[in-house]
Amino acid sequence: MKTKSIASFLLGTALAVTTAGVAFAQDKTVKIGALSDQSGLYADLGGPGSTVAAQMAVEDSGLAAKGWKIDIISGDHQNKPDIGTAIARQWFDVDKVDIIVDVPNSGVALAVNNVVKEKNGVYINSGAATSDLTNAQCSPNTVHWTYDTYMLAHTTGQALVKAGGDTWFFLTADYAFGAALERDTTAVITANGGKVVGGVKHPLNTPDFSSFLLQAQASKAKIIGLANAGGDTTNSIKQAAEFGIVKGGQKLAALLLFLTDVKAIGLETAQGLNFTETFYWDMNDQTRAFSKKFSEKMKNGAMPTMVQAGVYAGVRHYLKTLDALGGNPHDGVKVVEKMKSLPTEDELFGKGEIQPNGRTIHNAYLFEVKKPSESKGPWDFYKLVGTVPGDQAFTPLSESKCALLKK
Amino acid sequence: MQALYAQLLVGLINGSFYALLSLGLAVIFGMLNIINFAHGALYMMGAFCAYFLLNLVGLNYWWALLIAPILVGIFGMILERTMLQWLTGLDHLYGLLLTFGIALIVQGVFQNYFGSSGLPYAIPDQLKGGINLGFMFLPIYRAWVVIFSLVICVATWFLIEKTRLGAYLRAATENPTLVRAFGVNVPRMITLTYGLGVGLAALAGVLSAPINQVRPLMGADLIIVVFAVVVIGGMGSIMGSIITGFALGVIEGLTKYFYPEASNTVVFVLMVLVLLVKPTGLTGRAA
Repeated sequence: MKTKSIASFLLGTALAVTTAGVAFAQDKTVKIGALSDQSGLYADLGGPGSTVAAQMAVEDSGLAAKGWKIDIISGDHQNKPDIGTAIARQWFDVDKVDIIVDVPNSGVALAVNNVVKEKNGVYINSGAATSDLTNAQCSPNTVHWTYDTYMLAHTTGQALVKAGGDTWFFLTADYAFGAALERDTTAVITANGGKVVGGVKHPLNTPDFSSFLLQAQASKAKIIGLANAGGDTTNSIKQAAEFGIVKGGQKLAALLLFLTDVKAIGLETAQGLNFTETFYWDMNDQTRAFSKKFSEKMKNGAMPTMVQAGVYAGVRHYLKTLDALGGNPHDGVKVVEKMKSLPTEDELFGKGEIQPNGRTIHNAYLFEVKKPSESKGPWDFYKLVGTVPGDQAFTPLSESKCALLKK
Repeated sequence: MQALYAQLLVGLINGSFYALLSLGLAVIFGMLNIINFAHGALYMMGAFCAYFLLNLVGLNYWWALLIAPILVGIFGMILERTMLQWLTGLDHLYGLLLTFGIALIVQGVFQNYFGSSGLPYAIPDQLKGGINLGFMFLPIYRAWVVIFSLVICVATWFLIEKTRLGAYLRAATENPTLVRAFGVNVPRMITLTYGLGVGLAALAGVLSAPINQVRPLMGADLIIVVFAVVVIGGMGSIMGSIITGFALGVIEGLTKYFYPEASNTVVFVLMVLVLLVKPTGLTGRAA
């Protein structure tokens, strides 16, 4: 795939050189960079699947038939901000990438955010959680598509506090994401009259949570909030079951849980967990059709996560915008401005909009993990419990500290 | 104070994995002079073996405990016969690079087919539940892990240090030509030893399958710590690596209680300190 994309890139450059003098505005070449964790604990929720999603978006856009030449390359940031920014810089400077998509891991995502702004590219983040991307650190080049920590706190977090879970103990991944999720959830807890009685910051990618779980157990908090993701969350949940935490009367709050995590934990242990996502493969005929196609392209037959769905929808909207512009201006700010002026609509997230701070607004869904007896297939995991309209799930513009709003 | 007891016990549980894995490494290094970087990948294969035995063949955990080490051990012996044996007498670096490469390939293949988040493996019914010790709720499975690994560690130590077979082994490392002159098939013995070390890794993999996810990278995450354990304990010292394994598990457990942010670096800090003060490791002899 890499050599193919290099070859097509060379071809693209050759074409660009020969047509450069003809018409600048009619430039119909696009280069998309899918930057993700390709091999670590977030690889299943984003990773190679996000690249597949981006490819599907390009195919489904129908732009190839209109004479567009669209290439996709992918990179592995290994959950390290320095590697992520180095790849981003190389992509903009050497490979002439127009847009970077996905980028799970909030630490890497915030670092890449600065590079994209500096290079005036386009950044559609789907994988990262931190609400800072559209708040304190918002950028005119950035669109944050799928979810964020504010949304997670105001859906799952709020529902649990309102149901009586008024004392919390946090298990927090010790980096930008965990800190943001804990901060946003704490705000919701205190606003609703609850209290945070303690917490532990654990290193990213921890195999054994028993020490931390014992501390959580000893805290006697009603809710143990898991402000972590991917492999860290699955290990926390599995080992909490082992130590009899849920049986002892404490409740686990999986603030961020993905489809692939539920698969990894198994329904036996995961059943009954409540959490929030903005996409599930089995919502309607359109999501099922997309997911079936997606799953056929995956080596392990996995269904898409909301992150991968977000990459698809984000790229579709980006390409729709370029089509509306009539050519690629290679100017990130200009493209993102146009993206914000067009309403979003796709098969996966339905109708929505991109706010001036870069936040995409769409519905969020409260799910509950099915019992093993209720599941009818290898990926039949969720029961829909409730729907939160986008304007209630995400940061209201009046609360946003984004500098772009003070015009 | 009660919380402290609980943390000590939890540390002991993690220590059993360190001990089992570093034991295998020490056996392989002591007898074959190979720094086996593939150990983590072989541990992972043990866990996957248990998963396949359960889901494809229908053999439960107890069978996996027996069969997985044998199957992975055979895989290890094939590796030794086809590749590692050609490195005898060369610098350690060659063995390290070769086994590291093997680990990357094995992990890559598994990751390609199974993704990174792993597969669930349930705790066997007989070991479900837990006991309330007053200061903590001890899952029966964890207690089983500590006891079982202690037994295996002591048995391995006994086999190598106290039996005739072990004496042959140690002699063959010391002076292969002389031992051969007594009619002992040294190459075969070396292959079997590598198989034993690998089998121990696979056994640890089966033990950890119900606790951790059965993941392609489960070994890669652990192996670095285990190498630090071996370095601290003294390369090739069997008793040293067992004791250090358990001790470091406990120290790490305490760090998780007092200063959790440092819990995944404390082992390496200790390693640096030990190397500065006693470069041969706590129980190692000068070369």
